[in-house]
Amino acid sequence: MENKDYIDIAYSLHKDMTANKFSLVYDGEITHDLTKVFVSLAENKMSKYSEDISVKKKVFHVMVECLQNLSKHAEYCESHENKDKYGNGIFIVGETNDKDSGYHIITGNPIDKKKVSELKSLLEKINNSDKAELKEMFKQQMKEGALSEKGGAGLGLIDIARKNGGNLEYSFVEIDSKSDFFILRTKISRNS
Amino acid sequence: MEAIKINGTDDTPNVILDAKNNIFEFTGRSMPEDVVAFYEPILKWLEEYGESPNNKTNVVFKLEYFNTASSKILLDILMKLENITENGNEVVVQWFYDEEDEDMMEAGEEYSEIVDISFEMNPC
Repeated sequence: MENKDYIDIAYSLHKDMTANKFSLVYDGEITHDLTKVFVSLAENKMSKYSEDISVKKKVFHVMVECLQNLSKHAEYCESHENKDKYGNGIFIVGETNDKDSGYHIITGNPIDKKKVSELKSLLEKINNSDKAELKEMFKQQMKEGALSEKGGAGLGLIDIARKNGGNLEYSFVEIDSKSDFFILRTKISRNS
Repeated sequence: MEAIKINGTDDTPNVILDAKNNIFEFTGRSMPEDVVAFYEPILKWLEEYGESPNNKTNVVFKLEYFNTASSKILLDILMKLENITENGNEVVVQWFYDEEDEDMMEAGEEYSEIVDISFEMNPC
């Protein structure tokens, strides 16, 4: 007999996306061309709803930096023997359901457990910094940081935090003894 | 010295570096797939230009968007321009930004705090 699970899966994915106001969910490899397509999709949609220019620009910025983070860190799963089990990263854009209306961008990707503590302390440092301190961190990193081969400047997370008022929501979910799944959520509120 | 003229695309800026006609401009968007490869000839050109610059170099930045990798390279460009001023030549950066785009204005202000060049902030 033919497996009909896909029917339930497709319908439940659709229901979940609608209920959570997710307008874009992508799971897979991120390329530069996809990045351009995703941001232009979001731009068109926000223009259609006459979204404020500063909100549009912030969403645009955060989307690009998140997508670039995903593509830079995808190496880990690619190099892994259990590649199929880990998958790539996930990228979600949607409207928030909270009372402070706006958008959120959620990313998730597997990460080597050995790198978790370093990432956590960077995220904490960012979350404990006020606007002026984030600005200093950004300037400092621009002056001192070198561009990596993949074009990473170590500025992405600081920039994301500056665009959303300084609060990065994150968590680490255990995949297995070697890897965690890192989830980052950035909110762009209309009232900030 | 031969001018650089690069037509902008949806992810790379329009660049004009023309010493003879004294036009220096960066306009549009900057999020190249390979940011280092895109800006390398530009940095090289500025390095060479710095050896015999015009008395006054007016550089227009009229950017709509740039990613963080580009922001690092923009600082490298501004530092090359800063070197030019050290021999008594004048450099002015004209930083244009959408008047509703506070982040782009702040980006200009931050650069002006890092490099020792005069900035003219121009909302448009």
